[in-house]
Amino acid sequence: MVCESWKEKLDTYLDGELQDQDMRTFDVHVRTCPSCSADALERVQMKRAIQVAGKRFTPTAEFRSRIQKSIATKPRRSFQLGWILATAATVILVAGALTSAYLGNRSARDLAYQNHVLSEIADLHVETLASSSPVDVISTDRHTVKPWFQGKIPFAFDLPELKNSEFSLLGGRMTYLDQAPGAHLIYDVRKHHISVFVFQERSVPARLEEDSVAPKKLSFNMETWSQGGLRYFVIGDASAADIDSLAKLFKAGS
Amino acid sequence: MPLFDQLYNFAHWLTQNREEAEDLVQETYVKALKGFSSFQLGTNFRAWMYRILRNTFLTSRTGLKATMTVPLDSDEDGPELAVEHETPETLLFERSNREQLQRTIDDLPVYFREVLLLCEVEEMSYQEISETLSVPIGTVMSRLSRARKTLRDRLRPHPQVGTTTPAIAKGTNYGL
Repeated sequence: MVCESWKEKLDTYLDGELQDQDMRTFDVHVRTCPSCSADALERVQMKRAIQVAGKRFTPTAEFRSRIQKSIATKPRRSFQLGWILATAATVILVAGALTSAYLGNRSARDLAYQNHVLSEIADLHVETLASSSPVDVISTDRHTVKPWFQGKIPFAFDLPELKNSEFSLLGGRMTYLDQAPGAHLIYDVRKHHISVFVFQERSVPARLEEDSVAPKKLSFNMETWSQGGLRYFVIGDASAADIDSLAKLFKAGS
Repeated sequence: MPLFDQLYNFAHWLTQNREEAEDLVQETYVKALKGFSSFQLGTNFRAWMYRILRNTFLTSRTGLKATMTVPLDSDEDGPELAVEHETPETLLFERSNREQLQRTIDDLPVYFREVLLLCEVEEMSYQEISETLSVPIGTVMSRLSRARKTLRDRLRPHPQVGTTTPAIAKGTNYGL
């Protein structure tokens, strides 16, 4: 049978789990073999269908609230997990309080949405940094990272040139915000990790203020803006000035 | 809360019941907080959380019932051969039937369901899945391969009633 030995490894190839050399060899083969490329396409479609179908269940707001309360009453917060959870909870609460003042004339519903989005962004940032493999594409080269997102997210965006800046790109990964796919980039500045999230504006449920900057008292500094139909979030424990500098690089480069 | 939505989604897939999924997630967070000293810094936090959730599930009544059949981790199916015309994938997309796919995943044995979801939905690497399920990477690969094959077989339309894959239909270990 044609390509039998290739097809045995097709799923492993599509999962990105072959060795680098094998991946390259497979790339070349798939591009030149109609049978394997058709098979690969079908399996990729199946992977995507499972990915979409698999994001099926969402916890209720009541359950989320119950868990937050039950965790808040646990005494052993000195553990790192406790710290992470407490940080996330703090972000939610403080973001709620401060953004209420900051956006005084916004409706309660918009504020609730905004708090939800900001806390989700903070969670995504914390969760990713807690992982031993925070990025799926590891590269300092924006010309490597940007194409990696091709076909994975339904939009394109530009990464800024970092020459003559203190920032360095560590890599990127796919992420989701309320089931909407987006890009998550991680930058480094003086050993601080900063996350940059990019989503389609229409997929972000909250109507966020243009160029809204989260107040400095938050555990994390955060900046968000909309540009070219995309919604950007920059978040990290670096200084507000660093967050702003990185945001400006993106604004200039997009 | 870290991983809250993802853990809930995974728990619901495992338990197939909202209340049980909520109990499972709650117990997972409680155990994680109590047992954080057992988490080794530098290791995979996500895999650790999923492992707690899964182990909690496996010892629950629903989990014990769902895992009565033990998977046989051999790779005796042989390579899959190309299908020239109608494939489960093309039929699936022609019908755009996400619900059918969800039902089919629901009907998979739990060992197949969990490995498939961890790989495709959580986008875990084989290494992470191996840590989560506490099985060797080779087992992850063979189990994943058989899960996908079973899913494709079940999505493939059958010309006659009662012609499903014999091993699976009979519920034998070989099918798993």
